[in-house]
Amino acid sequence: MSTDLKYTKDHEWLKIEDGNVAVIGITEFAQDALGDLVYVELPEIGSKIAKGADLAVVESVKTAAEVYSPVTGEVVAVNDELPDNPELIKKSLEAGWIAKVKITDEADMAELMDDAAYQDYLKSLD
Amino acid sequence: MRYLPLTDKNRQDMLKTIGASNVDDLFVQVPKKAFIDGLANLPLHKGELEVERILSAYANENHAAPDGPFFLGAGCYYHHVPATADHIIQRSEFLTAYTPYQPEIAQGTLQVVYEFQTMIAMLTGQEIANASLYDGATAMTESALMAMRITRRNGLVLKGVHHPHYLEVLHSYKRNFEDMHIDENITDKTACVIVQYPDFHGNIHDLAALRAECDEHGAKLIVVVNEIIALGLLPAPDMADIVCGEAQSIGLALSYGGPHLGFLACRSAYVRQVPGRLCGETVDADGKRSFVLTLSTREQHIRREKATSNICTNQGLCALAFSVHMALLGEAGFKRLAQLNHEITIDLAEALGKVKNVTVVNDTFFNEFLIRLENPPHSAKEIVSQLAKKGIIGGFPVSQNELLLNATEMTTQDDITQLCEALTAILSA
Repeated sequence: MSTDLKYTKDHEWLKIEDGNVAVIGITEFAQDALGDLVYVELPEIGSKIAKGADLAVVESVKTAAEVYSPVTGEVVAVNDELPDNPELIKKSLEAGWIAKVKITDEADMAELMDDAAYQDYLKSLD
Repeated sequence: MRYLPLTDKNRQDMLKTIGASNVDDLFVQVPKKAFIDGLANLPLHKGELEVERILSAYANENHAAPDGPFFLGAGCYYHHVPATADHIIQRSEFLTAYTPYQPEIAQGTLQVVYEFQTMIAMLTGQEIANASLYDGATAMTESALMAMRITRRNGLVLKGVHHPHYLEVLHSYKRNFEDMHIDENITDKTACVIVQYPDFHGNIHDLAALRAECDEHGAKLIVVVNEIIALGLLPAPDMADIVCGEAQSIGLALSYGGPHLGFLACRSAYVRQVPGRLCGETVDADGKRSFVLTLSTREQHIRREKATSNICTNQGLCALAFSVHMALLGEAGFKRLAQLNHEITIDLAEALGKVKNVTVVNDTFFNEFLIRLENPPHSAKEIVSQLAKKGIIGGFPVSQNELLLNATEMTTQDDITQLCEALTAILSA
């Protein structure tokens, strides 16, 4: 994964674009754990979301998992391709992002892991 | 070795963890009057023959539906159930109350569930149906919760007269769904408009008009069907977003009010918000047609507290009885049955309309309608008691001077004559 990404302990990734918009997706670790994806439930554009609240639901053949918002803000875009083609999540960051959230509290960013810290965190899970 | 799964200490530990001081704390919602202090005056033992005599004597005090003229509906309808239905549901391959927990082994059971879903979807004019719910009342509330999830709104608008039990169940849920509110008017905060079809007093509402009102405000339209046989004559409520209700009329006896058979059908776009079980058709490893429980990720055993509802089973045996009866009727038979119900109910309305001081209130009805008694000598409830003393079950009192009456294919012209004569005598006394 790319070095300008930030990560959560719940295996979401986040990439900043246009200064304060967080593009959010789920990491390869989460993708592998879920297995074959069958559906993605997206949030509504314009909805306000708190850090740690449910942002989306990713459903696989064996389970359904909440995607938690790593930051507080407002949903400004969703990846409309996903409900019809959920496996896109695994293709690339560009194709598989879930939602974009305009950040209202910059302090949230400080609590996220960088790539090295996330790799260490993954090792600690083994 | 004695099998004691829980010790007193285990129980105390569990109570402490959840903050309850004793087991009774877990039942605070149950009304006090429903509790009894031990079983009163029950002898410690009796012989089998004695028990049979005592219980038969109790049973003989009942006045069952076939014992005389019977006009009581109000959400629970007296119909003919073919012997075939009872025979088939008692076969050991089928005899289970619920969908099995290792369901794909029981292909026959799943095939029946799939056929039940197909029948319900066709009857209601909807694209999909679930594997059934407990009863019409829970089906109505689950539909309302579904509409709240789909629209992300919390307002419910109730149109027409609703079954009082259905409303009680809705209010039970409302106590724990604090955001839910029931409003008079349809607004942009309305999740759904709920209408019974026909309604509790037998009136048939204009669904197209309600559909238009819903569309103006982006609200969903929920149609609740109490008496599913009505769908044999009425146009299918295909313009609804969700059609739910009670299917007891097909395959199930009155049985003192249960078990009943709730159903829920909707547009396939809402499938992920559907509560309860869903059966789907697929192919097995050899490419043969087979059935599976599908979209289980909505359900409690996977989604835990995020599940679409806490209902994770269905009325398997009742759905089977329905499916057998419906398959025996077929499309033509079902329509004919509805026709018979409506025709005899028209006869009942015409006969009662001729009774002095009786007015038929409804402009429209299927097999149930309301009558108003002008200056009755007693309350409607008392009149029902007096009719019962004459061996006639004369409907359901909905107010001091109004009675709800139902006729079905079981009703004879002689039953109607007896009711009218008895009512004439009581009203002129």
